[in-house]
Amino acid sequence: MSPLLTRLDSVPAPVITASSLTKKYEEFAAVDGISFEVAPGESFGLLGPNGAGKSTTMRMLGAVSTRTGGDLSILGLDPDRYGPEIRSQLGVVPQTDNLDQELRVRDNLIVYGRYFGIPRSVVAKRADELLEFAQLTDRAKAKVDDLSGGMKRRLTIARALVNEPKILLLDEPTTGLDPQARHILWDRLFRLKEQGTTLVLTTHYMDEAEQLCDRLVVVDKGTIMAEGSPAELIRLHSSREVLEVRFGSDRNAVVAEQIAGLGDRIEVLPDRILIYSADGEAELGQLLRLGLEPITSLVRRSSLEDVFLRLTGRTLIE
Amino acid sequence: MSELIAPTASATATALKPRRFGAWYIAEHRLLLMRAYGSTILATSIGNPLVYLFALGVGLASLVQAPLGDGRGGEVSYLAFVAPALLASAAVTVASEEFTYPVLSAFKWNPVFIGARSSPVSSAQIADGVIIAVVLRMAATCLIYFGVMLLFGAVPSPLGAVGIVTATITGLAVGVVIMAYTSTVTEDKGQMAIIQRFIITPLFLFSGTFFPLEQLPVYLQWIGWLSPLWHGTELGRVLSYGASEPGWLSVIHVVYLLVITVVGWRACRIVMARRLDK
Repeated sequence: MSPLLTRLDSVPAPVITASSLTKKYEEFAAVDGISFEVAPGESFGLLGPNGAGKSTTMRMLGAVSTRTGGDLSILGLDPDRYGPEIRSQLGVVPQTDNLDQELRVRDNLIVYGRYFGIPRSVVAKRADELLEFAQLTDRAKAKVDDLSGGMKRRLTIARALVNEPKILLLDEPTTGLDPQARHILWDRLFRLKEQGTTLVLTTHYMDEAEQLCDRLVVVDKGTIMAEGSPAELIRLHSSREVLEVRFGSDRNAVVAEQIAGLGDRIEVLPDRILIYSADGEAELGQLLRLGLEPITSLVRRSSLEDVFLRLTGRTLIE
Repeated sequence: MSELIAPTASATATALKPRRFGAWYIAEHRLLLMRAYGSTILATSIGNPLVYLFALGVGLASLVQAPLGDGRGGEVSYLAFVAPALLASAAVTVASEEFTYPVLSAFKWNPVFIGARSSPVSSAQIADGVIIAVVLRMAATCLIYFGVMLLFGAVPSPLGAVGIVTATITGLAVGVVIMAYTSTVTEDKGQMAIIQRFIITPLFLFSGTFFPLEQLPVYLQWIGWLSPLWHGTELGRVLSYGASEPGWLSVIHVVYLLVITVVGWRACRIVMARRLDK
């Protein structure tokens, strides 16, 4: 075989291909012609505010909701025709937990595994392994109702893994969890990523996207605003650093006029002013030299939140 | 485009079992949930026939002075008359329990249907699975009921045993109609109690359960004709003590129950898909 052919062979086919994917409810387009590809083993994110069309996209990727336009291929199959075949190879972590609260923890995994046609003996063994993975072994016999929010989320992820999926779809995996629970969850997801599971996740938390995503699209109002790795997006659409200053909500706008021209760009939010610059400390020095004394000041690295603000003029969490 | 390329057998083999047995996997889950209140189910399954047959067949029967004709010039005890009706009613009672709150809950408070929909199982299979599990519970309830009827000596003919099947189908016919409705309910505004009070209870009272339908004024008899419970009860009487009715009427009972079952079942699948495949 020629070296070129070998190389072509080794380029893996995308596991998800969406082109001009559209979902309309009557006149309203929840998803308005988005196109992207996800490579096997990749960790791909959809970042956007509530109502951006992320969950609708996820339901189409999950072969539950049918598209109204465009093309979609998941694992090489068209979800319109091969829904059960696609779903049998997916793991889905929905935005709101839908565990069976009337069943015990371990039974939730077994019942769900049965949906995939996995024999009882196999699913029982797998349930024990997954409880271990989700750090819930000691809660195997507990009622789901008695679990904390973080535990329920881990159980939902364990349930999504019961069929050893090729792709794991996670819709807002850590929304509503406390910081410690989020970090435990991220750690578990990171392990899956290391094992080569393809992850597709939606989030409106930029830190989550930065932690977990190799590549992401920024979605707003059903369309893709930008695409790239977190670092690329920040490089392209924001400065290296951001200086955040607060002068009190009644003074921010006035001060912003006085300091126009500082940094690369200035954004005025209701509660603070953001000054984008390669060197945040230097900008702070300038500001102080102008005789302005902010109530608080903070220099930080640019994040995806800033990218989103730049692209849409809005913050992610409103 | 990718969809023009036929997928390889290995890519589609993963869903062979769910495509075939998905409904049964859902039924397994529903049965597991019933096990949580299994002792209540068992206690009521045995207690109800004991109480009803004793109260009506022994207690009330002592007041029923007029001889009950079996339609062929013979007479039949009130106990034998009322027992097939109670058997069919038992199935309808199970249906009215299992197809109301548990269905509403599985969409809303404990949304397991939505969870199941992410698996290879289809919406239609979810509807089928729920129905299969309830059919099994109704059949078990009717079997126990029939056993108690035998103990009371309420079944003159051995053919009466077929009444277990007709009673179960009667419960199914009522049940799928209820489920098709409850599957559309998104907000609980007491609809389940309304079903119980204004549909199930009148059905129970006006379906020729405690007295022959002909005893009612003609303008109320239509309730019986529309009621699957009346058709099921009449079939049970034919089987249990050979109540005489024209052959065509028995055929109508069977056809009516089957048509309602098929139409109601299909409606359940359609409503389920409309709700879950958005």
